[in-house]
Amino acid sequence: MTAVARRIGSSVVTLFAVSVFSFALLELAPGDFFTELRMDTRVSTQAVDALREQYGLTQSPAVRYWLWLQSFVAGDLGFSLAHRAPVSSVIWERAGNTLLLTVPAMLLTWTLALPLGVWIARRKNQWVDRVSSGVTSTLVALPDLLVAMLLLLLALRTGLFPTGGMYTPGAEDLGTGARIRDLISHAFLPLCALVATALPALVRHVRASVIEAAQAPAVLAARGHGISHSRITLRYVLPLAANPLVSLAGLSIATLLSASLLIEVVMSWPGLGPLVVEALLAKDVHLVLSASMLASALLVAGNLAADLTLYVVDPRIRA
Amino acid sequence: MNRPRAIVSVLVGLHLLVLLAGFAAPYDPVEQARAFPYAPPTPLRFVDADGRFHVRPFVYGVMPDPDNFDGYVEDTTRRFPVQLMVTGAAYTLLPGIQSRIHLFGVDSPGRTSLLGTDGFGRDVLSRLLHGGRVSIGAGLVATSCALLVGVTFGTLAGFFGGRIDAALMRAADLFMAIPWLYLLFAVRAALPLHLDTRATFLLLVAVVGVVGWARPARLVRGIVLSARERTYVTAAKSFGATSPYLLRRHVLPQALGVVLTQAGLLVPQYILAEVTLSFLGLGVGEPTPSWGAMLGSLQQYSVLTSYWWMFTPAVALVAVAVAYHALTSMVHERMRLVTG
Repeated sequence: MTAVARRIGSSVVTLFAVSVFSFALLELAPGDFFTELRMDTRVSTQAVDALREQYGLTQSPAVRYWLWLQSFVAGDLGFSLAHRAPVSSVIWERAGNTLLLTVPAMLLTWTLALPLGVWIARRKNQWVDRVSSGVTSTLVALPDLLVAMLLLLLALRTGLFPTGGMYTPGAEDLGTGARIRDLISHAFLPLCALVATALPALVRHVRASVIEAAQAPAVLAARGHGISHSRITLRYVLPLAANPLVSLAGLSIATLLSASLLIEVVMSWPGLGPLVVEALLAKDVHLVLSASMLASALLVAGNLAADLTLYVVDPRIRA
Repeated sequence: MNRPRAIVSVLVGLHLLVLLAGFAAPYDPVEQARAFPYAPPTPLRFVDADGRFHVRPFVYGVMPDPDNFDGYVEDTTRRFPVQLMVTGAAYTLLPGIQSRIHLFGVDSPGRTSLLGTDGFGRDVLSRLLHGGRVSIGAGLVATSCALLVGVTFGTLAGFFGGRIDAALMRAADLFMAIPWLYLLFAVRAALPLHLDTRATFLLLVAVVGVVGWARPARLVRGIVLSARERTYVTAAKSFGATSPYLLRRHVLPQALGVVLTQAGLLVPQYILAEVTLSFLGLGVGEPTPSWGAMLGSLQQYSVLTSYWWMFTPAVALVAVAVAYHALTSMVHERMRLVTG
């Protein structure tokens, strides 16, 4: 149990270090949120300075970091200068929109990849395997950006799916059922993009670990005992192949907030991605900092969850 | 020709083409032809409108379509034969070498845009080649930075162990705990918003590269750790070999395979990082071409649906990525054969 406690403790330390590091990087940048305002000739220098004073930008970096940290821990997550509101009031809704995409995408990817990978692994070196290896290696090489744009192009050309946003304008007046249908039709395209970018690599990983597990002496022995093929796969191969897959699943959870960033920007999904890009361009430091903290926290938590799962299911690791 | 040689030739060819972009490109990448926005690729022809065959390919003059306000038609009355080694816009071939000779071109007022033009009438092929210089260059520079720092830290950690090892590996954990894209953004935020000069862009690329040191460092550390325990290293040590000698002669050669495969993986990854940044408008700015900046114009739906040739940077990107992946798996195979 001490090992687990130590692991959790080190995660917290890591997160703290990430926040200091990110803050330092943002601090290195010349200018702040009010620099753009200074360009405006209608606003006097004194007014800009007063604003800086009012929002505490004149204090030393250490003090500002401390203020942000206090606010973060208190749940406000800092103060967004661009939105004139606590970061939490902006970020949770957007993060929710992102999860609305990534959680179904992740579930769909895994439910497709597991059987597909096992199925292909059982046909190792047959034509199915060769074709799928060609297809997946091509798809792996396609950047997310291109996949998203090609899907968008398809949608725009065929007009089958709505593009951009989460709802059709005026959808607020519709009934609940119609609104959900509207939402699903809007989410379909980014969902496809997410699955298409994550699936090929995952299928390859599942195939590789199943093939490796199938060569284990225990599996060979089970085969020698004449145990049926499907029982061998379920009872012997899959448990052996599980460890790397559990780590991968942890990584899937870990990237739930960051995986869809580009796809959100391309398909104008109002998630965390476009918000962060805007905040970055506006030098809205707290928003950028808190968003990257949330994403890092999830990354750390995902890896932690994977390690703990391994700890529970694999006696070798516990020993 | 066997497979490894084919992969290497394709890669060398791609890099040469991009390195000598000024020569291979028919136009200056920032030269605008405002009268010809989004002109489609000019077809190379051998047979003219009267059905006569010409050995030397030619293009017809292009003029706006009188019936369609944003279309173009060929003017079959004016024929421009394609010539090799033509004199055109001045460019710097390599640092210090100025030239005006282009691989191919047509006499003015004819224009040849084999991959069409963009919204400012700039030649897409020329921008693609010059943009490759920025994008692939960014990939190579960033990879070198990541590997330089990664190998140094990994070696130090693995070879000296103890506190150095603990500290460096904690730092590596930290860098790996930050989501990649957010890290990229954070680094980007640390630089001025408008990157006007090549120098600041290089700085961005170098910093992005350096923050990717963690994974190579981990891998190198693992290899150094195991190499350090080998009997021949102990033997050399007992003969009085110094640490630098041990590293150079016995330890680092073991890491070569990992470093090479990491390089092959990192280059396309960093090219993609540049493309992502520039696509979002955070990388190299107008008018300097880069693949990401060129793809950025596809964010407009009208461009996305109407002008397929604006996708060519993506095709180039995929081609380079596939070539590097092939190279990586080849190196991986070979190294496995060598080290067993």
